[in-house]
Amino acid sequence: MLNISFTIESVKEGLKKGDFSAEEIFKHYYKKIEKENKELNAYLSIFENCKLKIENSAAMPLSGVPCAVKDNILIDGTICTAGSKILENYVSAYDATVISKLKMSGVTFLGKTNMDEFAMGSSTENSAFGPSKNPHDVSRVPGGSSGGSAAAVAADLCVFALGSDTGGSIRQPASFCGVVGLKPTYGRVSRHGLIALASSLDQIGSFTKKVYDSATVLSVIVGKDVFDSTTIDLNVPDFTKGLDGIIKGLKVGVPKEYFGKGLDPEVKIKVESAISKLKSLGAEIIDISLPHSEYALAAYYIILPSEVSANLARLDGIRYGHSSTHAKDLFEVYAKSRGEGFGQETKRRIMLGAFALSSGYYDAYYLKAQKVRALIKKDFDDAFLKVDVIVGPTAPTTAFKIGEKAEDPVSMYLSDIYTVPVNLAGLPAISIPCGSVRIENKDLPVGFQIIGKPFDEATILKTAYSLEQSLNPQ
Amino acid sequence: MSSKSVIDVEHIARLARIELTEVEKEKFAKELAKILDFIDQLNKVDTENIEPLYQTTGLSNSYRSDEPRNSFVMDEDLTNKLIGQTPEHEGRFVKVKSVLEHKK
Repeated sequence: MLNISFTIESVKEGLKKGDFSAEEIFKHYYKKIEKENKELNAYLSIFENCKLKIENSAAMPLSGVPCAVKDNILIDGTICTAGSKILENYVSAYDATVISKLKMSGVTFLGKTNMDEFAMGSSTENSAFGPSKNPHDVSRVPGGSSGGSAAAVAADLCVFALGSDTGGSIRQPASFCGVVGLKPTYGRVSRHGLIALASSLDQIGSFTKKVYDSATVLSVIVGKDVFDSTTIDLNVPDFTKGLDGIIKGLKVGVPKEYFGKGLDPEVKIKVESAISKLKSLGAEIIDISLPHSEYALAAYYIILPSEVSANLARLDGIRYGHSSTHAKDLFEVYAKSRGEGFGQETKRRIMLGAFALSSGYYDAYYLKAQKVRALIKKDFDDAFLKVDVIVGPTAPTTAFKIGEKAEDPVSMYLSDIYTVPVNLAGLPAISIPCGSVRIENKDLPVGFQIIGKPFDEATILKTAYSLEQSLNPQ
Repeated sequence: MSSKSVIDVEHIARLARIELTEVEKEKFAKELAKILDFIDQLNKVDTENIEPLYQTTGLSNSYRSDEPRNSFVMDEDLTNKLIGQTPEHEGRFVKVKSVLEHKK
């Protein structure tokens, strides 16, 4: 009975019918991880004890569903490394709000997943604990930064997983691993207990095998939180309710800037074919332009490092984390602890941020980038006057080889070219699989991105669900 | 802003409180220059009369009522969890190296 890939729905069904108990399904995954994680390195830590609250669990929306959590989200009493040597032994002192919500919904936690250090990267190669592998081809990256979560879901080493998305860190790995990745609107899900990367861009979201599961998880984790003053007080719908497969008359915008140079021709074919599917389902396809898209990455690589340089100042060798044993004075405690504890990409970005914010450069870099950000947001605002959703590729290519881009930061940054503008504008977006490309005898998944209006996750989920049904007829 | 902006790596590393090796200094000088070249394309965008966008929610002054919250009780257990993780401490006090320098 336990050889199939489980969705939230199938676990709930199995539990209800008595095919297995919550403990049995947890054990099933625990054993599977023990066996298969060596090759994939999707998990950094696994929990032996599922801490089940079986009593009165039937009423809970995710009762007995085993999940994985990206290792930058705090679970009380467990190690949280953020993929960094500097936090190798850090023990969370409390639960992140999303974790409290998941606990109340009845999930069980299998473990914490690998990621690029402090979520900086597009491949997990920046993890201090070695890269994760793509289950579709283990010589390739799973994407990043939430690559461990994406790989764990794709390899069925959990039923669903949480990740975080600052410039594409959920959607790009979802695309590379062939799973569903949802980044909610900024302000929709509390960031309390998420180790901050760039506070104006970070958002927690999910990896699932199906769109329906994505809606289920979102319904559980959303909501205003007194511990995150950027969360918005909005009615929280049951996001599964609108998934009816009907998108007749939906206005779908296709930005010409997302189909230009840099887009792999085979990826383009798959994405265009998904757009045709939407059309055949009765959606109206409208050509649009997001003229400032091409500047999004450049603006992002000022704004993000600037926020990073401030956020990671807390890692000072004094309060927690690695502390150098070679420091002679206070300055050396800071400089040596950070020099020894941080990896290359983290140092690179902190320095870039410190530079952009330094005296004499602030206006030229940081202020300029925030103005360009305003124009990028305006592009989306204008487009959404005419369309309901915007679609295109999630990433310009399929998964690349481990090591292929590791020595060239700018070429690595380019893999987030279609996802970064969404974070700058604070919008919700989802990536769903839309086919695969055969390379070196392996089928590598292609991701299709659907971007929505602020707080309109319902419409992107509805669109994604319709497309998923149409691409994978039962 | 222009590609002529040269990053003084040692100065920036000092601002960022990161001790770099000689190899790192050389490597970062090259890499950061390349990234700044890439960022220079922002110069092509006309941002005259554009207000910067620092956040996207439109929220301002997010208030809460001034009432005690029970979510975090500063009990022995939480204190231990927090203070217990400091590299150096005595009892409930965090030990830090001397902040003011001795006169020589």
